[in-house]
Amino acid sequence: MSSFKRFIPRAVLVGPGMGYWIVFFLAPIGLLLAYSFLERGPFGGVIAEFTWGNYPRLFDPLYLKVLLTSVRIALVATSIALLLGYPAAYFIANASKRWRVPLLFLVILPFWTSFLIRTYAWMVLLSPVGLINKALIGIGLIDDPLPLLYNELAIVIGLVYAYIPLMILPLFASLERLGGELREASADLFASPFESFRTITLPLTLPGIVAGCIFVFVPSLGNFIIPDLLGGGRKVMIGNLIQQQFLQARDWPFGAVLAIAVVVLMLLLLGVQAQVLRREQATES
Amino acid sequence: MKVPHGYLRVHMGLLLLFLYAPIAVLLVLSFNASRLPSVWGGFSLIWYRSLANNELILQAVQNTLVVAVVVTLLSTVLGTLLAVGLQRTVRSRTLDAVLFLPAVIPDIVLAIGLLSFFNLLRFSLGLHTIILAHTVFDMIFVAAIVRTRLGYFDRRIEEASLDLYAGPVETFLRVTLPAIFPGVIAGALVAFTLSVDEFVIAFFNSGPSSITFPIRVYSLIRFGITPEINAVAAIVLVFSLLVVFAALRLARPQGEDRVGLGPVA
Amino acid sequence: MRRQGFHGFVAAATTAALMLAACGGSGGGSEGSEDSTQTTSGGSEDQELGGKLVISNWDAYMPKNLIPSFEKKTGVDVEVAVHTTNEDIMGKIQAQSGSGFDLVFVSGQFVEPLVQQGWAAEVDPSQIANLENLYPEASELGYDPGNSHSVPYTWGTTGLCYRTDLVNAEPTSWDVFHDPPAELDGKMTMLGTDRWLLQPALLAEGASINSTDPQIIEEAASWTVEAKQNLLGFDDTTFYSKLVSGEASLVQAWDGWCNYGIAEDKNIEFVIPQEGSDVWTDTMVILESSQNKAAAHAFIDHVLEPKNGKAVAELVLYKVPNQPAMEKLDGKLVEQYPNLGIEPAELLQQEPVKEIGGDGLQLWSDAVAQVKGG
Repeated sequence: MSSFKRFIPRAVLVGPGMGYWIVFFLAPIGLLLAYSFLERGPFGGVIAEFTWGNYPRLFDPLYLKVLLTSVRIALVATSIALLLGYPAAYFIANASKRWRVPLLFLVILPFWTSFLIRTYAWMVLLSPVGLINKALIGIGLIDDPLPLLYNELAIVIGLVYAYIPLMILPLFASLERLGGELREASADLFASPFESFRTITLPLTLPGIVAGCIFVFVPSLGNFIIPDLLGGGRKVMIGNLIQQQFLQARDWPFGAVLAIAVVVLMLLLLGVQAQVLRREQATES
Repeated sequence: MKVPHGYLRVHMGLLLLFLYAPIAVLLVLSFNASRLPSVWGGFSLIWYRSLANNELILQAVQNTLVVAVVVTLLSTVLGTLLAVGLQRTVRSRTLDAVLFLPAVIPDIVLAIGLLSFFNLLRFSLGLHTIILAHTVFDMIFVAAIVRTRLGYFDRRIEEASLDLYAGPVETFLRVTLPAIFPGVIAGALVAFTLSVDEFVIAFFNSGPSSITFPIRVYSLIRFGITPEINAVAAIVLVFSLLVVFAALRLARPQGEDRVGLGPVA
Repeated sequence: MRRQGFHGFVAAATTAALMLAACGGSGGGSEGSEDSTQTTSGGSEDQELGGKLVISNWDAYMPKNLIPSFEKKTGVDVEVAVHTTNEDIMGKIQAQSGSGFDLVFVSGQFVEPLVQQGWAAEVDPSQIANLENLYPEASELGYDPGNSHSVPYTWGTTGLCYRTDLVNAEPTSWDVFHDPPAELDGKMTMLGTDRWLLQPALLAEGASINSTDPQIIEEAASWTVEAKQNLLGFDDTTFYSKLVSGEASLVQAWDGWCNYGIAEDKNIEFVIPQEGSDVWTDTMVILESSQNKAAAHAFIDHVLEPKNGKAVAELVLYKVPNQPAMEKLDGKLVEQYPNLGIEPAELLQQEPVKEIGGDGLQLWSDAVAQVKGG
């Protein structure tokens, strides 16, 4: 096959997506990148004066603390989502064909209702005078209500709940790829199902795992509703901070700086993901 | 198959319980005669009745659906093509990572960036700008999910197909696409879900009268969540369930012909 | 081929839908009852202005009949956009360089930023006959002296909202958050919005609520961090329902919001602490970029009609700075919601909330981040 014949399909494949990306992502973000080097306007927005001064502010211990807290909470949420999501995705991927799609829809359906509504519903469940506590006290398991709300626990529950379908779907896509024959073959080769899982299934689904983890970790960092409502405003995540800079403090340059810091962090993570993806595909063949 | 089915089944059941607990709460609350979620005022259908007359909310739901459907179509197509293309052409890990950015950037940043951009171009705001905005990140989500499906097989089988004189387009449609189809579906589901419930980017890029359902819900926040809003959510849920199962009924006779993916020699 | 046909269909459908959405987007969801291409309708009486008016306001903040009656009177087609917070709408205006709306509802402290960036239009009193309905105090609110660029819509103050049956003694001081009696420990909330989060501390220490002195703000932040230990949390939206459910016994609340609690539980009362409080205002601002300032002025005039002012107060349970409207209020309503009866003179004893400028905002937002994140 001549390389010319192969070139056209590639351009057609990648072209539209990249074109869209350049126009509707690169340009706007370029704008914000520019803002990060400008002075803030005295009452909001930016004025056309160049400055480096926005970036050093990033290293204020206050912001670093917020960043660290956010990363910690997001990591916890992501790990829990993975632990909860993987067996579920496995189950769905191995379910009979008749059940696969309905199960997927069952998992995702709650998320077609408003996020805010579901968060408020969690408040009704977790509150000291809420359903869970009322039930536990009613049965007599506990005397005083458990502090399930307005703390880090509630934030983690909220985040896991909010993003677990984003963990399950990529995992499913990845797991489903493993045809029954492959698993049976490996089951015959290995002593225990656990070993077969560890040696074959896990590595082959690594792309799904990495994708799922990023899909949960990133929005967890950026979420500002959950720390406010479920956390009672007692914790500040980087999402709150960025939102605050753009809207409350009307400091667009610094908001842009914070966002870029988060983006750089993400790029590092994505680099890891890309590495994993390519290495895994190389070893497969 | 030595898979511990029992445990997995229990796990799935518990997970579904976890997923639907708040849904059950909101369903029950939609029948709450009292406006406050913390107090039960007795069973009542008044919110459903007032909902039927609430043009604002109904219009918002319609707007959301229009946006979500178009966004899903656009981003699924763009994202799938992108994933397949990237798999074959791009060798650079950095480019891989950078392209993924729209999915990881904080939403307020994308929201304000896009609005400033639209403003620069003197673009009018409306449902179309929300669609354009949502597609930016949804396309990447689809691409990422589809890519998890692409692996060892595709190049081998594709080359085989091409060697057998099938054109590149035919190869794509008859070999590649069926193989990645579950990924495409999963990606489309994610794209739809993300668009349907997205507030920040929608708010900043919406025209004055292109109000989507999340925007309506968030704007009523001063009154907390009224049972009316819960009623909408309940209806949306039930309606989606019906649509989904109807679609499944319709799809079943043709069956889904998925390429069995045994190990390639 | 089946698949090929599918793809072609998808492409066509997408394009069609996209075009439909683009065309239909601006027309959908409008509250205007008339065709947007109509200019002067065969309107009945007085002002036949016609044209379009785009307003942004908080949801459910205007009486149901306010817009329709205005449209009927003037033939203007009104589109109402909603915003959830001041900061949201300010962000949107900022990103659109001052355009996008004809008239916006924002709180008083946001008028100055709009004016300073040249985006707020000067109010022409000759087009607003009903300006005379405003209390004289309503022009002395500090954030916009003489109301040159804004017209107040509602006003009120902030204070302590509490359950009389859950407290042992009536609270009298902002200090209650810092040194609560035993029965209130862990049963209180404070407001989480930046400008109100630090207010109790500032007022308890006798400072100005518009202070930009780093030393004072630092102390206020420490005070609030200490108070945080005694709180259930920071809550901007569900604090009154927490009172009703008994989850909280005392909360920092805007007076109007406290009324929403009172509506559900008669045991709830509102009090302004002895150290004083603020006076906040929600105002109407015409944007300089507006193409239909005449309609905007007419709308403000319409809002200031006594019967409309009364309807606003009855709907939102806030005070309106409209004298004839307040005088028309049903005595029983004021009895049920005592803070509706606070006289303007009394209100103005509190300190108006004003803009604190870029540096001030930075100082405050860092302090708030410290309090919440600590």
